[in-house]
Amino acid sequence: MAGAKEIRTQIKSIQNTRKITKAMEMVAASKMRRAQDRMNASRPYAQKMRAVVGHVANGHLEYKHPYTLERPTVKRVGYIIISTDRGLCGGLNVNLFKTALQDIAKWKAQGVEVDLAVFGNKAANAFRRYGLAAQKTHMGDAPKIADMVGTIKVMLDAYAEGRIDRLYMVENEFVNSMTQRPQVTQLIPIAPIKDEAMSHYWDYIYEPESKGVIDALMQRYIESLIYQGVVENVACEMAARMVAMKSASDNAGKMINDLKLVYNKARQAAITQEISEIVGGAAAV
Amino acid sequence: MASTIQLDVVTAEQKLFSGTVEKVIAPGSMGDLGIYPKHTQLISKLRAGELKYTTAEGTTSLFVSGGVLEVQPTLITVLADTGMRAEDLDAQAAQDAMKRAHDALQGKDPADLDYEAIQAELEAAKAQMEMLHRIGKVRG
Repeated sequence: MAGAKEIRTQIKSIQNTRKITKAMEMVAASKMRRAQDRMNASRPYAQKMRAVVGHVANGHLEYKHPYTLERPTVKRVGYIIISTDRGLCGGLNVNLFKTALQDIAKWKAQGVEVDLAVFGNKAANAFRRYGLAAQKTHMGDAPKIADMVGTIKVMLDAYAEGRIDRLYMVENEFVNSMTQRPQVTQLIPIAPIKDEAMSHYWDYIYEPESKGVIDALMQRYIESLIYQGVVENVACEMAARMVAMKSASDNAGKMINDLKLVYNKARQAAITQEISEIVGGAAAV
Repeated sequence: MASTIQLDVVTAEQKLFSGTVEKVIAPGSMGDLGIYPKHTQLISKLRAGELKYTTAEGTTSLFVSGGVLEVQPTLITVLADTGMRAEDLDAQAAQDAMKRAHDALQGKDPADLDYEAIQAELEAAKAQMEMLHRIGKVRG
């Protein structure tokens, strides 16, 4: 009875794999719930921030912040790419990188150079050969703004010094637990949303002076957008991992069933053969 | 009925308050600001301190540790860096934070100190303690 033992060990090993994928699925599910809570908790801040910056962009301010000004020629653009630290989350990162590369290729076709800053191990590895201006990995499941400011500052400084003329962010949008969509967002210059109700001439009273307040506001604005992006990406990662591990568990289950069938057939064949040998032997006596 | 204005107080981590109020007193960087409905456009940095708002039901206190305040005639938005409700303020945590900041200012190699960050932390902890004293949670 050749192979029965081999099949048995194979079934054992697949069962073990299924145990692991099952556990990972459940861990990802509970982490996803927490990541989603975090994402929803920080959303009001990002929304209000966007509203205030929208007001600022619509006002007739005495001080025009560089982030609100479109530069006439674009020679170099910056990208902040947000990925996961770990794999085993389906096509999440691959799809994201594909979107990023397509966007980058469009700029390259126009002769525009690209600077990259990345969050997450996967993007750091994937884009290493393009040369990274800054990277930050291993921020954990509950990322802190404090961990991100360094990387963000590199890109903002590059913009302030004129080394890059635009800044984009590439991250996954959390549509629902089954769907995550990669998207490219323009961070700088801030695209103003025109508001008719605000088209009359007005300006703020500033405390202390205009430059300090607006600078502080703009920096917080960019940071909040990127923080939101990173938090959202964590939720995406967990959701994608949950789905990937669920299908892995399902596939393992299917494989085990198939192998069991083969094993039983082999066992049956062996028994039949043994019986017929005995019967044949008895008849010969 | 007194005229009212929409107030939103948000921090990076959570929404603290959203609703209509009659009056807001905010800790502006140049001194406290009292804001009533139909105030002209104003934008100000905030320092660590107490943010008070009055609704029809009464006055409530929040603690904010800096941020930005924007006023439009019908809308006040407070973008706080961190904030909490007065009843969540914790004297022990504030004291610990103060001690940590003090230690950090003294103990370490001065070259790799981030004075600004530590100073800000110290200010925030001090402001929390002050507020706790005022609302009578701590006797001192």
